[in-house]
Amino acid sequence: MASVTMTVNGKSVSGDVEGRTLMSDFLRNDLRLTGTHIGCDTSQCGACVIHVNGEAVKSCTMFAVEADGAEVATIEGQANTDGSLNVIQQAFQDHHGLQCGFCTPGMVMSAAALLKDNPKPSEAEVRAYLEGNICRCTGYHNIVKAIMAASGQDVPAVAAE
Amino acid sequence: MPKDGGIGASTTRREDVRFLTGKGNYTADINSFGQAAAVFVRSTVAHGVIKSIDTMAAAEMPGVLAIFTGEDFVDVGGNPAGWLINSRDGEPMKEPKRPVLAHGKVRHVGDAYAAVIAETEQQARDAAEEIIADIEELPAIVDMAAALAGDAYVHDEIATNQCFDWGWIEDNRAATDEAIKNAPHVTTLELINNRLVPNAMEPRASIGTYDAAGDSYLLHTTSQNPHLTRLLLSAFVMGIPENKLTVIAPDVGGGFGSKIYHYGEEALVLAAAKKVGRPVKWVADRTESFLTDAHGRDHVTKIELACEKDGTFIAFRTETLANVGAYLSNFSTATPTFLHGTLIAGNYTVPNVYVNVKAVFTNTAPVDAYRGAGRPEATYSVERVIDMAARELGIDPVEIRRKNFIKPDQFPFGTAAGLEYDSGNYDALMDKMEAIVDRKAFEERRKQSEANGKMRGLGINAYVEACGIAPSNLVGVLGGRVGLYDAATVRVNATGNLSVMVGAHSHGQGHETVFPQIVGEMLGIDPQSVDIVHGDTSKIPFGMGTYGSRSLAVCGSAVVRATEKIIAKAKKIAAHMLEAAADDLEFTDGQFTVKGTDKSVSFGEVALKAYIPHEFPIEDIEPGLEETAFYDPANFTYPSGAYACEVEVDPDTGKVTIERFTACDDFGNVMNPMIVSGQVQGGVVQGIGQALLENTTYDENGQLLSASYMDYVMPRADDLPLIAVDHSDGTPCTHNPLGAKGCGEGGAIGSPPTVVNAVIDALQSGGKNVTHIDMPLTPARVWAAMNNA
Repeated sequence: MASVTMTVNGKSVSGDVEGRTLMSDFLRNDLRLTGTHIGCDTSQCGACVIHVNGEAVKSCTMFAVEADGAEVATIEGQANTDGSLNVIQQAFQDHHGLQCGFCTPGMVMSAAALLKDNPKPSEAEVRAYLEGNICRCTGYHNIVKAIMAASGQDVPAVAAE
Repeated sequence: MPKDGGIGASTTRREDVRFLTGKGNYTADINSFGQAAAVFVRSTVAHGVIKSIDTMAAAEMPGVLAIFTGEDFVDVGGNPAGWLINSRDGEPMKEPKRPVLAHGKVRHVGDAYAAVIAETEQQARDAAEEIIADIEELPAIVDMAAALAGDAYVHDEIATNQCFDWGWIEDNRAATDEAIKNAPHVTTLELINNRLVPNAMEPRASIGTYDAAGDSYLLHTTSQNPHLTRLLLSAFVMGIPENKLTVIAPDVGGGFGSKIYHYGEEALVLAAAKKVGRPVKWVADRTESFLTDAHGRDHVTKIELACEKDGTFIAFRTETLANVGAYLSNFSTATPTFLHGTLIAGNYTVPNVYVNVKAVFTNTAPVDAYRGAGRPEATYSVERVIDMAARELGIDPVEIRRKNFIKPDQFPFGTAAGLEYDSGNYDALMDKMEAIVDRKAFEERRKQSEANGKMRGLGINAYVEACGIAPSNLVGVLGGRVGLYDAATVRVNATGNLSVMVGAHSHGQGHETVFPQIVGEMLGIDPQSVDIVHGDTSKIPFGMGTYGSRSLAVCGSAVVRATEKIIAKAKKIAAHMLEAAADDLEFTDGQFTVKGTDKSVSFGEVALKAYIPHEFPIEDIEPGLEETAFYDPANFTYPSGAYACEVEVDPDTGKVTIERFTACDDFGNVMNPMIVSGQVQGGVVQGIGQALLENTTYDENGQLLSASYMDYVMPRADDLPLIAVDHSDGTPCTHNPLGAKGCGEGGAIGSPPTVVNAVIDALQSGGKNVTHIDMPLTPARVWAAMNNA
């Protein structure tokens, strides 16, 4: 077992973990931050995306010990300080960018990482960036629209929708 | 109109807030004090005899609490098939027992034959590695035709591997054969409807809890229909009395059919919880989901379309081999039969239809209903062969369909495949689709693509499906072993807000938002004052859950009926309060008013009176304001659509790109257009996935080669364009109170043939003599087809 200490959503946390403990399991099982989801085990689906030192990371792909000393952000820390939805979260609700909600935490965290580096992405850039996040419900249509809207852009209207 | 939007408003979803903030409560998120973990030991061979299972070393591993094998479940029941199909000769289908854990033989890769319960999941995994099973491998039965012809059997007692040989409608067989023999033109197409894995993003999970004091059980599980799971566990598998078993399906991360069914893991965690005296939790990893979730489709079909030279349809005849896998999943026998064969008349007045389906056992995962369930297979066969016939006859693909459409004044229309469609307007859908596509402009787009070195194609398609399943009387006649009603309880609280308990289960469909829109509209109150309770058998009335696009058409109708009862009782109370006759009251905008006067009471005042019944006529009216309705529909509902897809094909690589997709659907009356659009877009993309990307591949040894997202290609955002949808001005369903038809599956039903028709059109326009390619249309397959042509 190894001791780890890190900052998660602005709070200092610590714990004892096995060397093989994945960051996603540390968040879910030790910290009870179950908003980070496990959808695939092979780093394909992106439901477990978090931010580590400001970078989007699939938390099933790193060990908890690798996050020792890091600044970590998860979906639970994304809302505004008054508890209201942040701009990206609100855009997902406004544009029906989620259905079952399982991929949603990863989508929101990926969208935040994208918009930090590229505040006005094109539709093609949004789609390319989401290559590592799988959604089975929405067909991505409204996720793309939500992210474009969150960046202050309009998505061209599609016939008769 | 209520403050926050009633029926027809695109109200944003209230459930989104918890999902967007990480506060969803999925089964895997639930942790109980003292919880232990279950891990399953699964067969690595497709077919074999279990000679022995040595658990001694595993039992000594750290943290191990218990180990189960198939021996522990020989005395409990099997997981049953929910639908009896009789063969053409009258013989009932073959129903092998599906045990909780494999016993005697393993029959597919992933078939669980043991389970380890330990303090932690890691300890259970470590111990599972120490279980030594001596399994004598037998030849794997994978290919359906070989299964029927060979001398190796998935179930030793079924020495044909055939589950049934079903004819629909048997009395139409001779006439259909005769019509085809004499027809001026017959188009024949042999096709494969590729096996798919549903792939809800949340893997299955179950937690069993046992309360020794009350001898009662609690199961948290990833289910689309917790009451059905309870019924199966109680009546068939475990024998736990229904009143001693609560099943809770909390937030569920998508289902698409795969979470309709009861699975052995649910029984195991209950048995284990009792044995170790602690809650037992199991969470599938993704590869377990690939190996053991019920798969979808997997038909091999020959379809013939006989027609006049002018394109008038005379007959459809099909022969299908349907793979049911190693065991019968709960609705696996209904899917290739009554959800498939009954739709082979499509949108058309064709006078002759005959369907033959042979269901075949193989050493593969069970196959059952997956989004669309039988109707995608029917639509794909029918709409592909129509496209091929149109090309052979030199008739425009839109015109050949219009020529044979059931016309608006012909409804209700009894089809040659035995259904009575209640309403529709297929020409109007085609008009809408053509207006959006603008075929003249398409020709310009095609030229532009050609200038860029690409082949461009336009595929079109019409579909009709039967959903909102279904009338219990009808399904009973056809072999269904369950009723297919649904139920709702509307509880008006004293302070005027409402709790509505529903049998439907929301796992992405937005029930928590839409059902309140309906109740709010009917009662003239703010929908925000209505909350939905679902997913907990201890709280909700007995309902059949969510699948087959039934939540709105069936459970929504139950909500309407229960709310009507509320209004009727509230009216009596209001009449008493106003000292008037109930018949003299009218109810509008949440107010009961004596007609022609300004005397009125609000719904809220009536609610309070119901619970504080001072000066209350208790001889005539009971206190309280709570009503339950069970709603059993009179017929299926029949959504329909006209779809168009434009693709570009790269002649050098065979890569297909979807450039445009248009979906015009008739879902009857629409409650929340935003949510309906989302359902269509999601369904269409699942269909595009089937058409271009997804394939479930077993090798000749029965090994699943596509058992992770590294091998099974899920549609990604960059595979797709925006999807144009239009579901305005539908023709209302004539037999349910909402006029709603159901929108969950249309997209997945209508899209696969649209895409394939488009690719064939592109190849033909580029001078390639390719008439058919089996899905998925991967670059390799398309390239091979063009270069062999």
